[in-house]
Amino acid sequence: MSSTTLSAPATAALPRTARRALAVVLGLAVLLLPAFADEYWLNSILIPTIVMGLAGIGLNLLMGYAGLVSLGSAAFMSIGAFSAYNLLLRTPWLPLPLALIVAGLIAAVAGLLFGLPSLRIKGFYLAASTLGAQFFFEWLFTNFAWFSNHSLTLTISAPRLEIFGIDLRPAPGRYLLVVATTALLYWLAANIVRSRIGRDLMALRDMDKAAAVIGIPVASRKLLAYAISSFYAGVAGALFAFAYLGTSDAHSFDLDKSFEVLFIVLIGGSASLFGNFLGAAFIVLTPIFLTRLVELLGLSAVFDNGFLINLEHVLFGLTIVVLLIREPDGLAQMLRAIRARWAAWPLRA
Amino acid sequence: MTKIRWSAAAVAALTLVLGFGTPPASAAGAHEGEQLYPVLTYRTGPYAPSGIPFLGGLQDYVRYVNEVQGGVNGVKIYTPECETAYSIERGIECYERFKHGYEGAPTAIFQPHSSGLDAALLDKAREDHVPVFGPGGGQAHAFEGRVFPYSFPLVLDYWSEASIVVKYIAERAGGLDKLKGVKIATLYHDSGYGRDTIEPLKILSEKYGFVDIQIPVPHPGEQQQTQWQQIKQANADWVFLRGWGVMNPVAIKTAARVGFPVDHIIGDIWSGSEDDTRPAGGVAKGYLAVSVFPPGTNYKILQEIKKYVIDTGKSDLKDTSKFGSVYYNFGVIEGILAVEAFRTGQAKFGHRPLNTEEGRWALEHLDLAPDRIEQIGATGLVSPIKVTWLDHVGGSSAKIQQWTGTEWKPLTDWIDGDRALFHDVLEQKALDYAKEKGIAPRTNEDALIN
Amino acid sequence: MQYFLTILLSGLLAGVMYAMVAIGFVLIYKASGVFNFAQGSMVLFAALTFVTLTEHGVPFWAAFLATVAVMIAGAVIIERLVLRPLADRSPLTLFMATLGLSFVIEGLAQLLMGTDVHQLDLGIDDLPLDIAGLQLSQFDLFASAVAIGLVVVLSVVFDRTRIGIALRAVADDVLAAQSIGIRLPVIWRIVWSVSGVVALIAGLLWGARQGVQFSLTMIVLKAMPVLIIGGFSSIAGAIVGGLLVGATESLADIYIGPLVNGAVSNWFAYILAVGFLLIRPSGLFGDRTIERV
Repeated sequence: MSSTTLSAPATAALPRTARRALAVVLGLAVLLLPAFADEYWLNSILIPTIVMGLAGIGLNLLMGYAGLVSLGSAAFMSIGAFSAYNLLLRTPWLPLPLALIVAGLIAAVAGLLFGLPSLRIKGFYLAASTLGAQFFFEWLFTNFAWFSNHSLTLTISAPRLEIFGIDLRPAPGRYLLVVATTALLYWLAANIVRSRIGRDLMALRDMDKAAAVIGIPVASRKLLAYAISSFYAGVAGALFAFAYLGTSDAHSFDLDKSFEVLFIVLIGGSASLFGNFLGAAFIVLTPIFLTRLVELLGLSAVFDNGFLINLEHVLFGLTIVVLLIREPDGLAQMLRAIRARWAAWPLRA
Repeated sequence: MTKIRWSAAAVAALTLVLGFGTPPASAAGAHEGEQLYPVLTYRTGPYAPSGIPFLGGLQDYVRYVNEVQGGVNGVKIYTPECETAYSIERGIECYERFKHGYEGAPTAIFQPHSSGLDAALLDKAREDHVPVFGPGGGQAHAFEGRVFPYSFPLVLDYWSEASIVVKYIAERAGGLDKLKGVKIATLYHDSGYGRDTIEPLKILSEKYGFVDIQIPVPHPGEQQQTQWQQIKQANADWVFLRGWGVMNPVAIKTAARVGFPVDHIIGDIWSGSEDDTRPAGGVAKGYLAVSVFPPGTNYKILQEIKKYVIDTGKSDLKDTSKFGSVYYNFGVIEGILAVEAFRTGQAKFGHRPLNTEEGRWALEHLDLAPDRIEQIGATGLVSPIKVTWLDHVGGSSAKIQQWTGTEWKPLTDWIDGDRALFHDVLEQKALDYAKEKGIAPRTNEDALIN
Repeated sequence: MQYFLTILLSGLLAGVMYAMVAIGFVLIYKASGVFNFAQGSMVLFAALTFVTLTEHGVPFWAAFLATVAVMIAGAVIIERLVLRPLADRSPLTLFMATLGLSFVIEGLAQLLMGTDVHQLDLGIDDLPLDIAGLQLSQFDLFASAVAIGLVVVLSVVFDRTRIGIALRAVADDVLAAQSIGIRLPVIWRIVWSVSGVVALIAGLLWGARQGVQFSLTMIVLKAMPVLIIGGFSSIAGAIVGGLLVGATESLADIYIGPLVNGAVSNWFAYILAVGFLLIRPSGLFGDRTIERV
C-alpha cells in the first residue's frame, strides 16, 4: 500500500518544460471542453466523474495517506450538501464559494467528532464504527424536516447557483464550477500531501508507534486527517447535490454511495490523488459501457431485459474482483507503468 | 512484462468504454417518425418483484397498440429501456439520455417510475421543459399547475389516499360522525414517502375527531415486533399500513403474532400486491388495501392483450402467471394514460410524434371520460380523470380491495378522495415553493396562449 | 412493567435472528481475517436455491442437502478464484473483493432463479402463545432453539475435532499453523462452506418470516453492530451481542423514538456499538490481540 508514492522515475522521464506545457494544454482542454462536449457528456459523465473523484480525494487523504478507514464518506457528503443548501437559503448574502467552504467546514467538524473512536481503536472495528455516521445522518436528514426547509418530499435543491451574478445552472456553468472547485482542492491536497502534515500522516500509516516516538502528535494528527477528509467529502457532497443531481435527499447519500467512494480509492490507487479520477471514471463509465456492450453484441435479441441487467451486475462485480487481483495498486499505478514503458519506447525499460 | 500487457489491455478496454460510453444521441435516425416513450426500469434490486410485472404490463400494452392498432393514429411508439435499479442517480442518467429524444424519435413525456426520482426531477424538468408524469405517488403539492407546469402527479397522491382510507373506515363505522374516538394507527415506512401522510391525517383527525396515532418503521422494516406491540398497547381499531417492499409481509405476519385482526389493516397502494400478501401465508387472508390498479383479467382490454400478446408468445413477461396481477395492471394503466395523452396531443398538433411542449399541452388537456374508458375497454380498470392547467392530478379515486388468500378482490367501487379539504394547504405549499425558487406562477393568460 | 417486559422480550428474540447472521461473519473472520460483506448475498442465494428446489417438488431434507452441496461448491470456487489470488493483501482489499463478490452472487441468484418473492413455510406457526402473561411466538422459540443448537454444534466441532483445532491454530498464528503443515486453502474452504450452511439456516428462518426475496441481503447491516459489540471473532459474542442489540433497539424505539421524531433503531445500535468500543475496544468476547491504540 505504501510503495505507490514513489512515482518519481516515471515522471522524470519527461523534461520539466514539457511537463508544464502538457499541463497547460490539458488545463485548456478541460476548460474548453463544454464548447465541444454535448450536454449528455457534461451532465452524465464528466460532472459525476469529477465530483466523485473529489470525494475520492477526501477518502484517499484519510485512507491512502493516513491509513485510517471510513465506510461513512457519503454521510459527510450529505452534511456538505444539506449545509450548503441551508446556507444558501438562510444566508442570502453569502456568496456561493464561501457557502461551499463553510459547508465543507461543517462537515469537517462532524468528521472530527466521528473520528474520535480512531484514538482508541484501529482496523475493521474502526471501519464498522464509521457506519454509525452513515446511518445517523441519513436518519437525521430524513426525520427533521427543518434541514430540507420543510419540503414535502424532504428533498433539497439549489436555491441559487451563481458567482458574481453569472448564472451557473446550465450544464457548462455547472461543469466549470465543478472543475474550478476541484482544481483548487486538488492543488491544496497535493500541497497537504507534500507538507509536514502529509509526511506525518504517512508516518502514522506506516508505523504509528514509531511516529509517536519521533514526536508526531498522533491524536491530533489523526483527528486532523478526519477533518480534512470530511471537508473534501462535504464540498464534494454539495457539488454532487447541486451541480450534478440538481436535487437530492438523504437517500442520495446512502451506504452504496460510501462504498462507491471506497471503490474509487481502491480501484484508482491508494495514496494517489490523480488515481481518484481514474477510479471515478471507472465507476461512472462501467455500467454505461456494459449496457452498450450488451447492445452491441446483439444479446438483447436473445435474452430478455431482466436477464441482461442481472448479467451486467455479475460482470460489474467480476470486473471489480479482477481489477483488485490484477492491479493491486490501482489504475494510477497502471498509468505509471504505461508511462514508464513509453519513456523507453521502443526499447523496454 | 505480463503486467504491462495486462495494463495495455485495460487501457484498450478503457478506450472502448470512452468510445461507447456516449449514447447514440438523437443524431442516428433509426426510429425517425416514431414517438419516443422512454421506459425507466427496475428489474433488479429490492423492488424488482414489483418492477418486472409492472414493466410487463406497460410493454405489453404498447406492443398491443403498435402491432394491433398500428400505433397511435399510425405513429408507432418506441420504448427503449433504461435500468435504474431504483437509484435516483442512475435515473438521472437515463433522464439525460432521453430528454431530447433518442435515435430520431422525440420525447413528449417522461415517467420517472419512482417517487424519489420524481422529486429529484422537479426542478430539472421545469428548466428543461420536460413534462414529468408519475401516476400514483407523485408529490401532492405538484397538482398546482400554476407553479409546476411540467409536473403531473396523475391519478392519486398520498394525501387523497389518506382521505379515502378515512372515508372507508367511516363507512364501516356507520358514517363520518361515528369516527369520533375511533383509533386509527398509521404504520409508516420512515422515509419521505412514508411521512407524507402525517400532515393530511392530522387535518382529517381534527375535522372528524378520530385519534391519530403515527408509528414509524425504520427501513427496510424486517423487524416490527416493537411497533405492533405499540399498536396493541394503544388499542388501535384500524391500522393504515404505509409500507414498501419487505415491510408489508412482515407487518401482516407480525400483526397476526400480536393478535391484531388482519381485516382491520388497510394497506397503501404500494402495500396491496400479491407479493405483499403471499409471503405472509395464510394469516394474510382478509387483509385490505387501497387500489388504483385493480387486479384481474376480466377487462376487455386485458382480454385483447391476452389474445394478441400473451397467447402469441410476444409478452415481455417471462412468467405469464403475472398477467392480470396488481402491478401488471398498473403497467397497463400507465400505458393507457400515456397513449391517451399522445392521442390528445395528436388531435391538436396533427398525427405525428410530439415534442415535450406538445406533451405538456396534451397532458393538461387529458380528459378520460367514462365513455372513452369504455371504448378503450378499461371500464373498472381506470378511474375517470380530467386534467386542466390548474389541476394536474385530474381526479383522485381508488377502490378498497381484499386479499382472499389466493387473489385480490375489489370490495368497493371508486371512492373519491377529499381533495377540497386539502386544497388550501397544498396550494399554500406550492406557492411557498414558488417563492423559494423565485418562480412566477402562471396566470390565466399564460395558459390560454399555450 | 408488563409492557416493558413484552418489548424487552420481543427485542431479545429479534436479537437471536440478528445473531444468526452474525455467526456467519464470525466464522470467516476468525479463520481468514476477511470481513465477508457477501454474507448477505449468500443468505439470499442459499434461501433462493432452497425455495426453488422445494417449489419444484423436492422434499425438504433433499432440498436442504442439495443447497448445502451448492454452498460448498460455491465456497470452493470462491476460495480458488478470489481468496487465493488475494491471499496476502490488505483486509480492506479483501473486504472490497467480497463487495464485488456480492454483486456477482446477487446477480447470479436472480439470473438463475428470478426476482420473485417466494413464500417459505417451515411448518411452524407464527402465532402468539401466552406464557405467564407474556406473549411469545412459537416461531421465535423455534428460532432461538436453532440458534442455541447451532452454537453448540459449532463449538463442539471447533473444540473437539482435528479440523477445529487446526482452525484455531490458523486463527492464532497463520505462519506457525502453516509451518506445522496445516493447509490454509483447505481451512478456508471449510470455513466458507460452514458459513454457507449458516447462511442457509439464517436464510430459512428470515425467509419464513418475511418471504424469500432480495431484501434478505440487507440483514447484513443489522449484523454489523452485533459484531462490533460481540467481537468479530467470537461466536458466543455474536449471540450476546445480538441479544444486546435486539433488546436496546426495541427499547430505544419505544422510549427514545418519540422524543426525537421517529424510529431510531437503524443507527442506535451503531452508536451503542461505538460507545461500547470506546470503553472496551476488543468487544465483549473478542480476543485480546485486536489492534488497539
